[in-house]
Formats: sequence, structure tokens, C-alpha cells
Amino acid sequence: MLANNGIIILLTLLIALMASIMPMPLSIDAFRPDWVLVTLLYWSLAMPSKVNVITAWVMGFILDVLLGSILGIHAAAMAVSVYIIVVNFQKIRNFSLWQQAIIVGFSAALYHLIVFWLQRFLGDVVFLPSYLYPVITTIILWPWLFLLLRRIRRHFHIT
Amino acid sequence: MNPIFKGGPSAQYRLVLVLIFSGSLMFFDHKMESFEGFRGVLHSIVSPMQYVANTPKQLMLWASENIISRRQLMKENQDYKIIELKLHEQLMQLDIFKLENDRLRLLLASPLRSEVKKMVAEILSVDSDPYTHQVVINRGANDGVYEGQPVIDEQGIVGQILHVGTTSSRVILITDISHAVPVRVRRNGIRLIANGAGRIDRLNHTHVSHSVDIQKGDLLVTSGLGGKYPEGYPVSLVTIIQKDLSRPFSQVHSQPVAKIDRLRYLLLLWPEKTTEVFAPRSQQQKRGKEQANVSK
Repeated sequence: MLANNGIIILLTLLIALMASIMPMPLSIDAFRPDWVLVTLLYWSLAMPSKVNVITAWVMGFILDVLLGSILGIHAAAMAVSVYIIVVNFQKIRNFSLWQQAIIVGFSAALYHLIVFWLQRFLGDVVFLPSYLYPVITTIILWPWLFLLLRRIRRHFHIT
Repeated sequence: MNPIFKGGPSAQYRLVLVLIFSGSLMFFDHKMESFEGFRGVLHSIVSPMQYVANTPKQLMLWASENIISRRQLMKENQDYKIIELKLHEQLMQLDIFKLENDRLRLLLASPLRSEVKKMVAEILSVDSDPYTHQVVINRGANDGVYEGQPVIDEQGIVGQILHVGTTSSRVILITDISHAVPVRVRRNGIRLIANGAGRIDRLNHTHVSHSVDIQKGDLLVTSGLGGKYPEGYPVSLVTIIQKDLSRPFSQVHSQPVAKIDRLRYLLLLWPEKTTEVFAPRSQQQKRGKEQANVSK
């Protein structure tokens, strides 16, 4: 993964992790997009042989530690969401940017629902619609992050 | 050159592998709680990221504190002076009360209350995970923080230490759904349990029978039972009481007095020991002997 400027991939993922724990005002906090998921999805669409389920799991695990949740919850959700995209990467690559955004939105919704189901199974949390607000911002974020990351990938010749 | 049919296990295989792995992690972490020590290590490893992620906020705070006008500062200073005067007056009273209380407690042969060691901590980050209510603070094992340590702010109880890293640690708030505090009503000493409800402004009290004397606006303070929290710190104010007689218990909710959603500075407490509920044994025996003497 580290060959051919692969370190840049790790760097972007690290920045995404930090963006997802950065302190925010409470009103905006509910709308925080899934930075890590979006970044992972971009790299797994661009180079599925390098970034795939295992990378997603490791990132989810770090997120678990950072967020203080039960170990394995975000890891499992992240792995499943990325898996579905990785398996269909050839189709999704050919979609337009906004179609991709919708698919990423579904993936993010799945991610949040899996996290909720696991939490529900292990503790007794109740569902609030605000748990799915990040899906909206994630859909809006996708085209911009896609363009940015593609620029980064081309600039550093990451193959 | 990127081979199309690159080796390595297929995606399904990998998925099954990681799902089994995370399933067992969840089991061991949640049901067996076998990662308590390991989590401290993990926490120390990722704490640099938390410090870095916190810098933008710190910069903003620094900037906003540096561009305060002179007049504003003078006004604040004035206010603080007045507050200090008032607090000082109360403190003088408190000293007298303390002495008197100690004397009375000595007369009653109950254990004396001692001063607790305290330390100020600052919030590093607030969790973005909506399912748990936790914050990270900038004190860790190096400062002597330990697991289960009570944390308060200037208003009341905030929570307790959940995981300890070397330079930072994680605090579980009283509003977390998996947290509960033993409390009593300050007015009449009725004991309750305050469960977190997963909402920032609410605590639930289960198993409160209909006949219990509890009113809207009652202040609930820690009872010291359970040995985690020292006795007498404010926890919450009763806000809702529903006495529906068709139900076995009445529904009581309260609102935390600590400003859980706008925490910045916290106070860590080091209670002397786990608070003894009963009087020390030697004193009890002495008392017994005295009573025996009296009866003779």
C-alpha cells in the first residue's frame, strides 16, 4: 500500500479521522459528514486492489477507539459499507458524479443503521431521526471530495 | 503495471474474516470487559490525534480571548471582585460551620469528613458519537487520574473517569445511557438512582413508588452510597413527575445542574477512601461498651 506514493492515501485517511473528531458546536455536530467513509469510498473506487475491506476495518477500529464506543462496532459497519461498494466498483465508476453521490448516501445510511443496530443490540439506545442527518451532508460532500481527491491522486501519481 | 487479477483473498473472504473478528471484539469488550487495560494503551496511542484535532478550537478560543476590549475586561474584573467578596463572606461562615459540624460529628462518634484533593482539567474533545455521552480531558495517568474517579464542574457532578491514558483520559457523563448515580433528595433524604437517558437535559429515576414525597424543583445530591461519588454534591433538579396510578411506579425525570453541553473546565476529585457507610468499628465497639456501662 505504501509503494507509489501510497503514503498520501494514509495521510488523507488520517486527516479524515481528525475531521471526524474535531470539536464542533452542538448544533452543527449532528450534521457532521462521514469524512472517513467518504475518503475510504473514494480510494476503494479508485484503487480497489489497495484500499479495501481490511483498510476500512482498520479505520473503523481507530474510529472506535477515538469515539470511545464498544470496540468493533464502527469497524464492522465500515467494513460492510465499503464491501458493497468494492464489489460493484466497476459499475459505480461509470456513473455520473451525482449518481455516485446518491450511492454514497445509501452507503452512509447503511453505515449509520448498522452502527445503530449494533448499539441497540448491545445497549438500549433509541432511534432518533437526527442519527441520519449526516447522510445529507455526506451526499453533498461527495462530489467536492471526489474532485479534490482525484486531483491529489493525479498530482502525486498514485497508482 | 497493475495486474488485473492480482492475488490475495477475495473481498467476500476478507469481509467474513473481519466480521468474525469484530464480532469477537464486541463480545470480549462489551460482555467480558477484558480490554479495560488494553483500552488505556489504545487511548494513549491515539491521544496525539486528539490534541491535534483540538488545535483549531484552541486557536479560536485564544483569538477570541485576545481581542476582548479593555472595557469588557474591566467590567468582568469588577464583577469577579464582587463575586469574590460575596464568596469570601460565605467562606468565613463556612469555616465556623465546619468546625461546629466536626465537633458535633465527634460527639456523635461519626467519622470526620476530610478535605479532598482536587485538580483542574480542561476538555480536549467532545464525542461526536450520538450514542454515547463522553468527553476527553487533558489529564491522564501521569497526573494520578484513576478509573472511576468522580469529575465535577462548578455546578455539580459531571461524570466519572472511564478510560485512563498516559496524558489524556475519557470521562463518561451522567447523561450517558449506561451510567447511573446514587442520589438523595436534599430536602428529606429520600434515596433514588439517577439513570442517564441518552439525552443531554434529562435523567430518569426508576422504581419511585407513588407514595414517595418528591416535588418538582427538588434538588438531588449524591448520597455517597456506592462509594464512587463523594457525598453531597448537587446532581440534578426534578423537572417532571407523573403519577399515573395505573402504573406500578411514578415517572420522575430530572435535569442535571452541571452544564453538560457547555463544559470547558472540570474538577477532578480524589476522595480519601471509598466512603464508609457505617461508623468505624472501634468507635462502634466503644459506644457499645459505654452503653453497657450505662445499663449497669
